[in-house]
Amino acid sequence: MAFSAFASAPAAAEPAVRRRSWVALVLLLPGILYLLLFFITPLVSLVFTSFQQPVIGGDIGQYSAGFKWENYTESVTQYLPLILRAFGYAVLATVLALVISYPLAYFIGVKVRSFPLVQSLLLTLVIAPFFISFLLRTLAWKQIMSDEGPIVVALKALSVFPNDGHITGTPFAVVFGLTYNFIPFMTLPLYATLERLDVRYIEAGNDLYASPFTTFRKITVPLSLPGIVSGTLLTFIPAAGDYINASGDFLGSAQTSMVGNAIESNFLVTQNYPVAAALSIVLMAVILVIVGLYVRRAGTEDLV
Amino acid sequence: MSGVASRLAAATPGGIARELEAPVPGRRRRGIRIRGLGLPIYTALALIFLLIPIAYTFVFSFNDSGKLNIAWQGFTLDKWTNVCSAQGVCEAFANSILVGVVATVLATALGTAIAIALVRYRFRARGAISLLLFLPMATPEVVLGAGLAAQFLSLGVNKGLMTIIIAHTMFCISFVVVTVKARVASLDPALEEAGRDLYGSAVAVFWRITFPLLLPGIAAAALLSFALSFDDFIITNFNSGAVDTFPKFIYIAAARGIPAEANVVASAVFILAIVLVVVAQVTRAARARRTARLQR
Repeated sequence: MAFSAFASAPAAAEPAVRRRSWVALVLLLPGILYLLLFFITPLVSLVFTSFQQPVIGGDIGQYSAGFKWENYTESVTQYLPLILRAFGYAVLATVLALVISYPLAYFIGVKVRSFPLVQSLLLTLVIAPFFISFLLRTLAWKQIMSDEGPIVVALKALSVFPNDGHITGTPFAVVFGLTYNFIPFMTLPLYATLERLDVRYIEAGNDLYASPFTTFRKITVPLSLPGIVSGTLLTFIPAAGDYINASGDFLGSAQTSMVGNAIESNFLVTQNYPVAAALSIVLMAVILVIVGLYVRRAGTEDLV
Repeated sequence: MSGVASRLAAATPGGIARELEAPVPGRRRRGIRIRGLGLPIYTALALIFLLIPIAYTFVFSFNDSGKLNIAWQGFTLDKWTNVCSAQGVCEAFANSILVGVVATVLATALGTAIAIALVRYRFRARGAISLLLFLPMATPEVVLGAGLAAQFLSLGVNKGLMTIIIAHTMFCISFVVVTVKARVASLDPALEEAGRDLYGSAVAVFWRITFPLLLPGIAAAALLSFALSFDDFIITNFNSGAVDTFPKFIYIAAARGIPAEANVVASAVFILAIVLVVVAQVTRAARARRTARLQR
């Protein structure tokens, strides 16, 4: 996406290039080494950890190098519901966030285009949640939706809600929390493409007697596809790995645990590192496959 | 096309389209008006929805509560005047600031260098490097966190402030590269050429021309890094050991009730950030208007 946008700039600088390729090396080396050391090597050590076996007679959390493939088969069998739940919740939250964000992004990006200040102030409101702790926002929803909170009390007073019913701790609350938390991630890329959308195409559709819905489906959506793709990825990937919303201390309960919760508790609580590592690898592999298929289907392959 | 029209188009994207718009038949106009009201109302509702938990956090920072800040107990300013009275809040906040500043400086320096190299130079490993930069953004945080923690574990590194800073720098680099790259690309290489033609050394050209022109992009990247670092919990949780950052403090406290002082800290940071952003936007809008007037 971004690469093609400025294809013309590097061409102008071409002559200076070959003379000073050592400059490029000096510029690249520190950052690339950093990523190799603290991003790639950790992934490799995660793979090694995922095959480790417990030290016989050792303490809890002591493992030695090995090739224990059962770490994978056992943890996937044991945690399959959590894996499926993570992806189910993430898909639901992504779809909901897209449906909620699209009109919002359309209004800010297209309708108020001629008022740049209004546009940027509205955009500030969209990203305002970023400026307050993610955990506090989620806790605020927990309080608002708690059994003593205004929503449950009001619903019970109207007798449309069972007296022993809860909102927090249910799948609904977790998907709600995920959707809420990732709406800005969805809205921003949508806004970025809609802001550049040439409205004359939409007008042409209207002039040719297409219904508003047809115009939207055949013109607006295809033209905003890059934004839809990056927005859904920016929502889906973190949502699938999230363990805050589903945690019992936040919006979830033991019945809503996602794979992220299993990774956290195995790594940090029970010190069962190989299982946590195996689950991480599985999570990442599934995400890469889904993202790869999705991006290929959506047709925007250059995302960086 | 006349000069007026093109200037109009430059000032507002889609400006020409509006200029050339044919009169709309009556029937269709009514339909547009109804939809024209629906979208602003929807936007207002969606924005209110986004702001509800923020308002809640802010209101409950004035709650005259004990340890548990759940039910409303009455208005007080005590929590604002004695923020540090709750155990651990200010220490955690100070840690978050320290980690945020150091990680931002490191990630911005490393990422800006990569961004300049990517736009300005051609080299063979380009595809591989782009992939290396894209992957951290496409990896769930829990995997990034667990991976680093597994590495620190196998190397026997004690977790603490240092490991948090290492982790935060790592995930901020890619975001810095993406942000600064756009700015480097929009930079006119002729300006640097002019500097070289006037016998400026490579170092002088960089610090006197390239760097000042890139500064807005670098500043945006630094702000983004700081925001990402300040609010990160998932990766921090895996790599912090016994050290608390502000989000980790909230996570641990969530099990037994958050003190209202945490709401005070979060609200204060929120207000500061919003004021900074809005002031920047209003100034930029005023400057744009002035430039437009001068060009006319």
